[in-house]
Amino acid sequence: MEENKQEILNNAAEIEQSPVSDIQPDMNAADTAAAVAVSQQEKAPQKEKTSEFISDNVRIVSPFKLVLKRFFRSRLSVIGLIMFLSVVVFSFLGPVFVPWGEKEIDRSQSYRTYYDISSLYSVVDEEGNELFTYYTFSVSRPENLNIYAPSFTYGINKQGKRALHLFGTDGTGYDILVRLMYGGRLSLMLSFLVVLVYTLIGIIMGGLAGYFGGWVDMLIMRLVDIINCLPSLPLMLILGAVFDGWHVSPNLRVYFMMGVLTLMSWSGTARLVRGQILTLREQEYMVATDALGFSPWRKIFKHLVPNVMPQLIVSMTLGLGGTILTEASLSFLGLGAPPDVASLGRMVNAAESQTVLEKYTMAWLPAGLIIILAVVAFNFIGDGLRDALDPKMKR
Amino acid sequence: MVKYILKRVIYSILILLLVSLLLYLIMRMLPNDFVDKTYESQLNSGVMTKEDLHRIKETLGIADNSFKGIMRGYGDWLKNALRGDLGLSLKYQAPVGQVISDHMWISFGIAMFAFIFQFIIAIPLGIKAATHQYGAVDYTTSVLAMVGISLPSFFLAYLLMRVLSIELGWFPLQGIDSGRGSGFDLGDLLWHMVLPMLTIIIGSIGGLMRHTRTNTLEVLNQDYVRTARAKGLSERKVVYKHVFRNTMVPIVTMTAGIIPGLFGGMMILEKVFAIDGIGRIAYEAMGVGDFPLVMGYNMFISILTVLGTLLSDLAYMLVDPRIKISK
Repeated sequence: MEENKQEILNNAAEIEQSPVSDIQPDMNAADTAAAVAVSQQEKAPQKEKTSEFISDNVRIVSPFKLVLKRFFRSRLSVIGLIMFLSVVVFSFLGPVFVPWGEKEIDRSQSYRTYYDISSLYSVVDEEGNELFTYYTFSVSRPENLNIYAPSFTYGINKQGKRALHLFGTDGTGYDILVRLMYGGRLSLMLSFLVVLVYTLIGIIMGGLAGYFGGWVDMLIMRLVDIINCLPSLPLMLILGAVFDGWHVSPNLRVYFMMGVLTLMSWSGTARLVRGQILTLREQEYMVATDALGFSPWRKIFKHLVPNVMPQLIVSMTLGLGGTILTEASLSFLGLGAPPDVASLGRMVNAAESQTVLEKYTMAWLPAGLIIILAVVAFNFIGDGLRDALDPKMKR
Repeated sequence: MVKYILKRVIYSILILLLVSLLLYLIMRMLPNDFVDKTYESQLNSGVMTKEDLHRIKETLGIADNSFKGIMRGYGDWLKNALRGDLGLSLKYQAPVGQVISDHMWISFGIAMFAFIFQFIIAIPLGIKAATHQYGAVDYTTSVLAMVGISLPSFFLAYLLMRVLSIELGWFPLQGIDSGRGSGFDLGDLLWHMVLPMLTIIIGSIGGLMRHTRTNTLEVLNQDYVRTARAKGLSERKVVYKHVFRNTMVPIVTMTAGIIPGLFGGMMILEKVFAIDGIGRIAYEAMGVGDFPLVMGYNMFISILTVLGTLLSDLAYMLVDPRIKISK
């Protein structure tokens, strides 16, 4: 850690030599010397003519700028950033351009027959060898719902206008494109919320454990051990049933579930913060804060935690990807938002029906792709940030 | 050493006790109408009476919902569990231990094969990426690894089903046998297992690959590697003799950590692929509120997790002599 700090300092002062000839490329040497001499006359007239101030040759880069520069130098992190921004624009700005609402069912009459693979039969000869298999379809034309409409077809929306279903409709008659946007929005917002809150809890718990040590540390770390030991998915399933048993409204239940997810996720952050603080608190500047008589609160949260910030930012970015995945799995299992609210996991779950899996690809494929896009984006950004913030990486 | 292990074991047992208490309390928060639900038809047809129902709840230890009753229920459960009796599954009408062991091995088989393949593919690729750092192999594997980590398993499963099973017809869609009867057919079973295994491998290979890469890079920067090169050893010998073995240290210890993944089943994947593994059984048990089975399964996972952590720490000490026991 000692080295680390040193490295950070070195990097902060990393200087970029700019060759003298850069200043005025078309001047000859004598002119340059003269120009320098003239420009320096007011400031330091008695200095030797040829030498210059270091600040003339050198550009001091702040650590923040340095990190930014390194971040943007990596192609993957830029790609990640672009992916993230496109998901944000798609899900937050997109609905403006789509003539359908999130909970708007297309009730225009469907002229399309749609079919449902009801059963699979296999014909077997006397020896038990499979000769061939066949499906039976049930074909129907729903009277007043435009369900499973193919891409680029039209329906009539609430305003009574003919409106395009760019991606078609799903099994309920919702426009898939607009559901994707709202689903992405929900995923992003819930994940941000969960990650922010659990990072905060992790900082407080880890900070307390690392700073005070002793029984506080013992207590918090055992709590972390217990949380790590709990089977998370089964527990979420059980708690989902518990909330149902308490008659929590479906709209609220998703927030309850996210609360549980938060409570199960802070342990990693707490460990990270604690580990860092254990090494940081032995450093000289902490002795100085002791000498100045600062309160423990101020010491922990103003002097120790900011030094853990780089690692925290990385773990938060990577945590966002993980949380989106968990949220999607939960809504896939029906533990997320209620059915009328769009959520990406639930949309993928439509593929549970073999008919949808086989015939109505648009109903589940794009939702999965958006999940992947968001998670990959966060992983790329997180990875890029880790490299950019790591002072040992010099490239 | 022995003292350290003993201390860790005692710790683990304490943690497991707390976890079991916590799980039990959460389970008891469930509306316990699952007994009513299970026996609803019998109750309606008059085969059972309300007293019978109450008696069943009593034997499960869930009739009394006061705090004292719950604690007593927990005490009874713990006492029986310590004697190896996890109770009778309501859904399967069989001892929980037996239900778990009946369905565990299919999950174990899939996970085991998947892990073996994963190791065979990921470790050479990881080493290659590290020795050719910032080369084409490194970039491709890094990107693919990252995308693999980012895939939601259920979506990947559907994607594979759609392409490899429905579109190309190479593999069966779901289940574990073709239903032709005529006894056990290993080839058929393996054929059915390809898609689930592929899903696991694609999903988790990236993590292992990155892990190997990071470790190899670290080892490559060590002084003894420089020494080996200075001695004039061929690059091949340096990488496969000096670097490879030291790279394996953290990876060997990591394998101990996958124990819960090996035995615990994969809830979502088994549901998607309609495999009667332990994960799907547990998922369905939660759906119907099969109290003893759910409790037993959760404890099973917790014990495996604790065991995994413990073993991986111990393995670390055994494999790497530089690690000294602190405290």
